[in-house]
Amino acid sequence: MTCPLRSRSLLASLLTRKKMDSSILEPSLYTVKAVLILDNDGDRLYAKYYDDTYPTAKEQKAFEKNIFNKTHRTDSEIALLEGLTVVYKSNIDLFFYVIGSSHENELMLMAVLNCLFDSLSQMLRKNVERRALLENMEGLFLAVDEIVDGGVILESDPQQVVHRVALRGDDVPLTEQTVTQVLQSAKEQIKWSLLR
Amino acid sequence: MIKKFDKKDEESGSGSNPFQHLEKSAVLQEARIFNETPINPRRCLHILTKIIYLLNQGEHFGTTEATEAFFAMTRLFQSNDQTLRRMCYLTIKEMANISEDVIIVTSSLTKDMTGKEDVYRGPAIRALCRITDTTMLQAIERYMKQAIVDKVPSVSSSALVSSLHMVKMSYDVVKRWVNEAQEAASSDNIMVQYHALGLLYHLRKNDRLAVTKMLNKFTKSGLKSPFAYCMLIRIASKLLDETEGGHDSPLFDFIESCLRNKNEMVVYEAASAIVHMPNCTARELAPAVSVLQLFCSSPKAALRYAAVRTLNKVAMKHPSAVTACNLDLENLITDSNRSIATLAITTLLKTGSESSVDRLMKQISSFVSEISDEFKVVVVQAISALCQKYPRKHSVMMNFLSNMLRDDGGFDYKRAIVDCIISIIEENPESKETGLAHLCEFIEDCEHTVLATKILHLLGKEGPRTPQPSKYIRFIFNRVVLESEAVRAAAVSALAKFGAQNDDLLPSVLVLMQRCMMDSDDEVRDRATFYMNVLQQKQKALNAAYIFNGLSVSIPGLEKSLHQYTLEPSEKPFDMKSVPLATTPISEHKTDNAPVATSKLPDKLTPSRQDIYQEQLAAIPDFQGLGPLFKSSEQVQLTEAETEYVVRCVKHTFATHMVFQFDCTNTLNDQLLQKVVVQMEPSESYEVMDYIPATNLPYSQPGSCYTLVRLPEDDPTAVSCTFSCTMKYLVKDCDPNTGEPDDDGYDDEYVLEDLEVTVADHIQKVLKPNFGAAWEEVGDEFEKEETFALASVRTLDEAVGNIISFLGMLPCERSDKVPENKNSHVLFLAGVFRGGHDVLVRARLALADGVTMQVTVRSSEETVVDVILASVG
Repeated sequence: MTCPLRSRSLLASLLTRKKMDSSILEPSLYTVKAVLILDNDGDRLYAKYYDDTYPTAKEQKAFEKNIFNKTHRTDSEIALLEGLTVVYKSNIDLFFYVIGSSHENELMLMAVLNCLFDSLSQMLRKNVERRALLENMEGLFLAVDEIVDGGVILESDPQQVVHRVALRGDDVPLTEQTVTQVLQSAKEQIKWSLLR
Repeated sequence: MIKKFDKKDEESGSGSNPFQHLEKSAVLQEARIFNETPINPRRCLHILTKIIYLLNQGEHFGTTEATEAFFAMTRLFQSNDQTLRRMCYLTIKEMANISEDVIIVTSSLTKDMTGKEDVYRGPAIRALCRITDTTMLQAIERYMKQAIVDKVPSVSSSALVSSLHMVKMSYDVVKRWVNEAQEAASSDNIMVQYHALGLLYHLRKNDRLAVTKMLNKFTKSGLKSPFAYCMLIRIASKLLDETEGGHDSPLFDFIESCLRNKNEMVVYEAASAIVHMPNCTARELAPAVSVLQLFCSSPKAALRYAAVRTLNKVAMKHPSAVTACNLDLENLITDSNRSIATLAITTLLKTGSESSVDRLMKQISSFVSEISDEFKVVVVQAISALCQKYPRKHSVMMNFLSNMLRDDGGFDYKRAIVDCIISIIEENPESKETGLAHLCEFIEDCEHTVLATKILHLLGKEGPRTPQPSKYIRFIFNRVVLESEAVRAAAVSALAKFGAQNDDLLPSVLVLMQRCMMDSDDEVRDRATFYMNVLQQKQKALNAAYIFNGLSVSIPGLEKSLHQYTLEPSEKPFDMKSVPLATTPISEHKTDNAPVATSKLPDKLTPSRQDIYQEQLAAIPDFQGLGPLFKSSEQVQLTEAETEYVVRCVKHTFATHMVFQFDCTNTLNDQLLQKVVVQMEPSESYEVMDYIPATNLPYSQPGSCYTLVRLPEDDPTAVSCTFSCTMKYLVKDCDPNTGEPDDDGYDDEYVLEDLEVTVADHIQKVLKPNFGAAWEEVGDEFEKEETFALASVRTLDEAVGNIISFLGMLPCERSDKVPENKNSHVLFLAGVFRGGHDVLVRARLALADGVTMQVTVRSSEETVVDVILASVG
């Protein structure tokens, strides 16, 4: 009675083998499978999937949950999950992930992650945390749009990205800002000028 | 430059998510202010952000509401606020597949893409290409061509990447932009260069000559972009892979030169490309390995990970090439990134010596609970490989595996462990009892039905033959009480095997069986009743046929035959022998799984090769009435590899006939072959009955012709025969480009190599899990024995291999593996002879100045025994 079972497992192993053999990458610009930003509860703040690895919202949520559980306690930059290479970075209460195929050049994925983080860091004046990010969601949307387009790395230089996103801050006159806002930005400017 | 939100959002509570309680309907309601004049850019921007945020959270938008919001949004193009405009582009892209009539914004986007504002142009191109289809594309073709060669990098990049996305949809249009892409490839900007190279390759990848030219050009001129270099390396290694030539080509030199690039990304890509090349020599590997070794001490985790993962791959095929890195790998064992540590250890396990195994295993067990399932599987695979290498270490491994089995883990992980334990049990008889004990413990608390049934099957097979079979009964019967239907049924089958093998356990097994007959599930009850009745007969032959060695027919074949039988009911009972046999797995290849996680596989039962042939042959009217297909051989080459025509033959054996299927390929592009047959001249009294020609054989399209041969009836022992084959056909010359043939042709012929039919073609392999029982079942009525001296054979291994391949039967009880340092061995072979007669062979081999072999053959038919002995002699 176990005959079909046996042949099935053999078939499966042969298939795996075939996949392994074809591990020479088909040269392609499609590098990134997904870009994710989660908060420290593992909830999605931003997610963009560029191919059909996780077609439905339900599968995506499950994947994000898995990824968060496996990474939020360790600060180790890179992992292999569900057959995909995941490079990640955390800062205060934010978790940034860039996901690619397990055959992908890890350093390319890392370049995307660094570019995303550095661009946001500049845009948020080094204040990369959940609250600041949520107040600048449109900046995030535009930045990711400049970094990856449909899975192709569009730009990897944070300077260029920030330049292209070109959020102008001066259109809010000083009078419209609250006192706390003014104080906050003044404080930050002093802090960074001291640190420099 | 940061931009703060309105005051009211500021007040929505500090630290909380201002988007948290967004209601889709409320946001869409708010979107009405898009229609207000004058436009308030900041409020509109905020609402667009909310809409994109909702889409991003996976919120579903209906077509109507999306279209409504989309149309309202189009009005915002009147505003000149930069950020607002950019958010409009994003909204267009996000809604391209949800909303209707998105092409309405085409003209606005076209205006922006050709306008003066550089900030708009790139994003406008990307948005425009999202909403454009093939027909619309022609209208904007002119602008796209201009954009590709634009001097602003963001514009050029956007145009190139968007073109790449559109290749899938409108290859023919995008193909016309090759010249522009070519021009862009010599841009100073690194990203433009990369994107242009990617697009060029994509457009030319089917034209090898063009790809080669492109490679030559760029490898000579050099590139600025590291990304583009990575792309070039991939293209070069793919080309190398396809040419199958040696590695002394300029392509390989180029990849090797990239090992000295300034950028780590390029260096790693080159090293990885070299490592992944098939049949790389140790000398070619050496430079790649040494750069990877350097990376092992990098401060960047990703680089260390990449390096050790690639070294792990090298260690699979060339462990000696990696030994130089052992010291660096040792340092990585304590790496804070557990993935790196695991990979380092598993690599060391492959390259290290036997003495280091204990220490390494201790290291892994200290953190195995912290790593992800994927890596646990990697560890298990490494252990599995290690057990084959150092069989004496099995006790350490077994301990370790059983500890892992107790930990939490997913299905793939547990399956890997179980498979590994099973393979250890099969390799080392002395580890059998400990292994079975661990597995018994595991099924006590196992949530995976597949694994439980697999282990129960193993217990049924191995348990009865251990010194103390009774101790397994408890574990098995517990399953009958506690588990789901599938597991209970498997447990019943396992119990029956204990009853059949051990007489003193039989009474207790019968009592247990009795209880199973009251089960709530049909399958479990049926099995129990069936086994109960078989066991009560207390006949060895029945036990062997129905309990130990189940059906050996192909399941799809059985289904088809039964269906046929019900369609044409007859007086005669259904004959099992008319069902084609299952093609048993020849040998379970050990896959050298890379440390890449097991990818998702379709778990579907595909029809076997023989079932496919059966189907094909049944479709040919001339072969009706031959009965079921008994066996199909492997393909035999009848021509040299590089000749005008390539012919391969598959031998199909039926009860009284053979069909030879010739798969022919015509490799001449200026010829069309017609009416192709292969004429066969037998050396023995075989009779050629019929030729089925292949009507047309155009260039490079394989076709099949068949020859039907009747086996000699008067002399059933004449099983082997040599056929001389000649291919005959009508040649028509044709135009190599169009394939248009001339009207008249001429007859020609082509001599093929001789085709041998051997005894193996008449015997199908079957698996008898319990050879002893099968041996008794067949009985000694037609037993014959003879002794031979195999003078030319020097080792037992060689002798065993020769006998198996000569007779084409399946070795049972793992008797194909000769233990080391032994000078005698017993080989058990099982098969079914054409016509459905079981054949069993027991060959005792003794090594002394050549190999002496005593062959004992049993079968249900006397002639079969004679055939086997005659062919061996």
